[in-house]
Amino acid sequence: MTMHMPVAGPHTHTLFTVSRTMLTVVVALTPATLFGLWQFGWPAIFLFLTTVLSAWVFEVACLWIAKKPIRPFATDGSAILSGWLVAMTLPPYAPWWVGTIGAFIAIVLAKQIFGGLGQNLFNPAMVARAMLVVALPVQMTTWIAPVGLLDGPSFLHGLSITFLGAQDFDAVSSASTLSHIKSQISAGATMGEILPTLADLESRLLGFVPGSLGETSTLLLALGGLLLLVTRIITPTIPLAVLGTIATLSAVCSFFAPDRFAPPILHLTSGSTMLCAFFIATDYVTSPVSTAGKWVYGIGIGTLIFVIRTFGAFPEGVAFAVLLMNSVTPLIETYIRPRIFGRSRSGKPLGTTKPAKGATK
Amino acid sequence: MRLPSIATLFHPLQSFSIRGGIHPETHKHLTSECEIETMPMPTLIRLPLQQHIGAEAEPIVRRDDLVLKGQLIAKARGPLSANIHAPTSGRVIAVGHFVAPHASGLPVPTITLRPDGEDRWGPHLPRLRPENASPEEIAAQVAAAGIVGMGGATFPSAVKLNLRAKYDLTTLILNGAECEPYLTCDDRLMRERAEEIADGIGIMARALGVKQVFVAIESNKPQAIEAMTRYNRALGYTFKVHVVPTQYPMGSEKHLVKMITGRETPARALTADLGVVVHNIATAHAVHLAVRYGEPLIARTVTVSGHGIRRPANLRVLIGTPVSEIIAHCGGFTEEPDRLLLGGPMMGMPIQNPRVPVVKGTNGILALTAAETPEAKTMPCIRCGRCVQGCPVGLTPFELNARIHAGDLEGAAKVGLMDCLACGCCSYNCPANLPLVQSFQFAKGKLAERQSRKHQQEETKRLAAARKAREEAILEAKKQMMLKRKAEMAAKKKAEEAAAAAEMPPPATATAIQGEATP
Amino acid sequence: MIAAAASMSALGLGLGYLLGAAARKFHVETPPIVEEIGKILPGTNCGACGFPGCNGLAEAMAEGNAPLTACTPGGRDVALALAEIVTVEAGAEAGPIAEIEPMVAFVFEDHCTGCQKCFKRCPTDAIVGGAKQIHTVVMDACIGCDACIEVCPTEAIVSRVKPKSLKTWYWDKPQPGLAAARAETAA
Repeated sequence: MTMHMPVAGPHTHTLFTVSRTMLTVVVALTPATLFGLWQFGWPAIFLFLTTVLSAWVFEVACLWIAKKPIRPFATDGSAILSGWLVAMTLPPYAPWWVGTIGAFIAIVLAKQIFGGLGQNLFNPAMVARAMLVVALPVQMTTWIAPVGLLDGPSFLHGLSITFLGAQDFDAVSSASTLSHIKSQISAGATMGEILPTLADLESRLLGFVPGSLGETSTLLLALGGLLLLVTRIITPTIPLAVLGTIATLSAVCSFFAPDRFAPPILHLTSGSTMLCAFFIATDYVTSPVSTAGKWVYGIGIGTLIFVIRTFGAFPEGVAFAVLLMNSVTPLIETYIRPRIFGRSRSGKPLGTTKPAKGATK
Repeated sequence: MRLPSIATLFHPLQSFSIRGGIHPETHKHLTSECEIETMPMPTLIRLPLQQHIGAEAEPIVRRDDLVLKGQLIAKARGPLSANIHAPTSGRVIAVGHFVAPHASGLPVPTITLRPDGEDRWGPHLPRLRPENASPEEIAAQVAAAGIVGMGGATFPSAVKLNLRAKYDLTTLILNGAECEPYLTCDDRLMRERAEEIADGIGIMARALGVKQVFVAIESNKPQAIEAMTRYNRALGYTFKVHVVPTQYPMGSEKHLVKMITGRETPARALTADLGVVVHNIATAHAVHLAVRYGEPLIARTVTVSGHGIRRPANLRVLIGTPVSEIIAHCGGFTEEPDRLLLGGPMMGMPIQNPRVPVVKGTNGILALTAAETPEAKTMPCIRCGRCVQGCPVGLTPFELNARIHAGDLEGAAKVGLMDCLACGCCSYNCPANLPLVQSFQFAKGKLAERQSRKHQQEETKRLAAARKAREEAILEAKKQMMLKRKAEMAAKKKAEEAAAAAEMPPPATATAIQGEATP
Repeated sequence: MIAAAASMSALGLGLGYLLGAAARKFHVETPPIVEEIGKILPGTNCGACGFPGCNGLAEAMAEGNAPLTACTPGGRDVALALAEIVTVEAGAEAGPIAEIEPMVAFVFEDHCTGCQKCFKRCPTDAIVGGAKQIHTVVMDACIGCDACIEVCPTEAIVSRVKPKSLKTWYWDKPQPGLAAARAETAA
């Protein structure tokens, strides 16, 4: 009987694997992505494909340079997912090199330099987004109104917009919901005056508004999030904490100063709130693992998003909020641990309520 | 976020829960309908002297001795040890070493017996009437029968029955959870021998002097629950059958106590500190046989299963039967198994040599095919936190693993390594397939080794100091002796001189000096 | 001008005196390093290090003439304890301190004549046996210093790795998986 070196138990295993996890997230992202691609037409499709493909190419190149095994890492789906998330946060008509630079930042600077899969301190897609927003303010804030694949630029026109940087959009340039509010508020308008000028709730929920490539459809993103919850890829803690905090803070503020602050429903249905709550903030590598830690982390992100959106210079604060909370994740993990069975939170054994016989007699 | 299990709705008695845990594929259908059959007499029987926690038993037979069934062949050494009896009649053909039924495959002291096929009983232990027997007598009988915890922990049962002397005991819990996948031997035993088990439970309850008795059975064994509910009275005790949710590791002693009483055993303490004692169902059966019929522990029920076994079965085998003969009895392998295990797939021991014997704590023999076992390929940790969610103890396995791989064993111990049960929930859940449990076992062993080496170093210093002191004492004694001798010589000389001078030596002084010189 | 110079020199003198006084008053005895090292060493004078007894090694180590790992019976723990005081003060080279496999002496009974030379030499009294009788080694007391091997006239003693029992056995450290694959492909 030939047997290899014995290994310790357990000798049975769940069917979950790293690549299966990544695949499920990709599937959950698909409805919102397809909808975004349909809404914004050919330029968006080209930008999306360029970004995802370059992310994968950068990953393979890094593995090759670092002399790591290429096959298992290139097929685990993590690079595709990072590239995908970068693409979702780009303005749909951005030129191809914005996507490629984004993918480079995400994969090379934010992930591989830290040691690859599982080692990065910051969320790759959010690092890319933050750097792009700061470095390329024009390209990253050129929003267009969605017109649908058929009514938008043709295939060839799309190619020229994405790859040649053509500026001759037929589509109307317009502002995203959040940037509109920000500019109006700074112009001195009150919230009461701004709200009627915005798209109605229905189109914000479904996604008929200008915005980033994959962030517009609140409902489809929530649907994807639900899939992740049902398949137990994520636990509900972080989404609840993020959404709950934003809703609570904006509700309180808009109750006391309705002219100055946007109502909660507006916060929840605009910008990358949904994408962040279900797909970005729940990133395994950069979020705490204990439930209590997740609450702290989620509440932190929610608070920062609200603060940056309301008081900051940028209309959208998701990237910065996530990155800031990423940086405190190790701290949260050090101080907030699950309680060990039979021990108090401080690690001391629990006291026995009943002393041994010897002690009583 | 933990939702209350559906079982809670139907069994209002159950109102507690445990944290973490997993729900692995049980594979119990392979053997759950196989009645317990008696395995034919094996050709050889090998009895390791260490089948229990504590000190090794001391052999009291020699090569070529003829022994009878039930005869004591190795007796307990010290308070924490267990007797070993001959499972059948035959000849002792060796008292030496054989491969241990253990992952290490190290040689351990073993008595080898060749059965003569007659299966002749020697004298039984004196029977007891538990209705009249004192708790001490019952415990002594259990000790004489060599009964140990048969769920796998193999702690000498008599020691546990004597806890009454040190703790105020209120509750006895019978562990029939059998949460390990594949295993069905306890399930079958409860279905087929419920009455005998009930009697054993009554005897143990009497020995412990407890007020209440619970029989904990996982919800996936409805027939066993029914059988134990039917026989829920013995020796004036009425047991409550407590249905616990099907969840691994429900059978862990401290977790079972938490589930039933809602109280958490402090770290590094015994459940007896809470007034609770947990015994296995199979142990209760063995106690029944020992007390009512005077039969020592010489046979046990074993599940033989896994897709690598042609005819999975539940067998009653003699302790010491070689695993290879049991597998042959079950039709052999369907294909070359990937792993051969003693025990369940979660905490069982992989063995390399199939000739090792079944011992008192062996509850399963599993031949798992490659399709049933995890692949060897691992990925880096992605910090998904599934290990943390699964851990019933509340550890952070991914962090422990990282620390151990970085060589920081003391750091790992600081964040809870020593509280790890090695239940395997973390490794089971790990999507990266990391061998977390093996890391932890390695680290625990290494730390224990370092501890013992440190201890040894102190011992060495003490020994060296003792030797030095002794050598100095010898030197000093020699010096004294030299001085003395010198003085004697001088005195003698003087005396002689004096004698020569006086021409008439005083004899009394001379003898006195002589007497002193020969001590 | 003179006043300024005088006051400055007075100040300088005064402060200088203060400093001097403080140096006297708060003088810290540097602990005699040899003694410190001697405290950590097992003190068996077994000679496994090649220096004349534990004191000899302590002196050599203090001067930086012996590696921290010179005491093989002491193993990793002693080396680590030494590293804490020696590298800082005497600057002896501190390489990576590896785990040393514990060794024990083993007597081949066929060759043993019962001469008692090893019995007398053993620094920890780990060898038992009377005159003209076969000697055995008490595993738990043996420190693997090899002193007995040197004195045995019939070469009946060998040094071997301490055998493991079920109580001391533990699982190997698992292979680090893909992280190691990187090193392999690089090599």
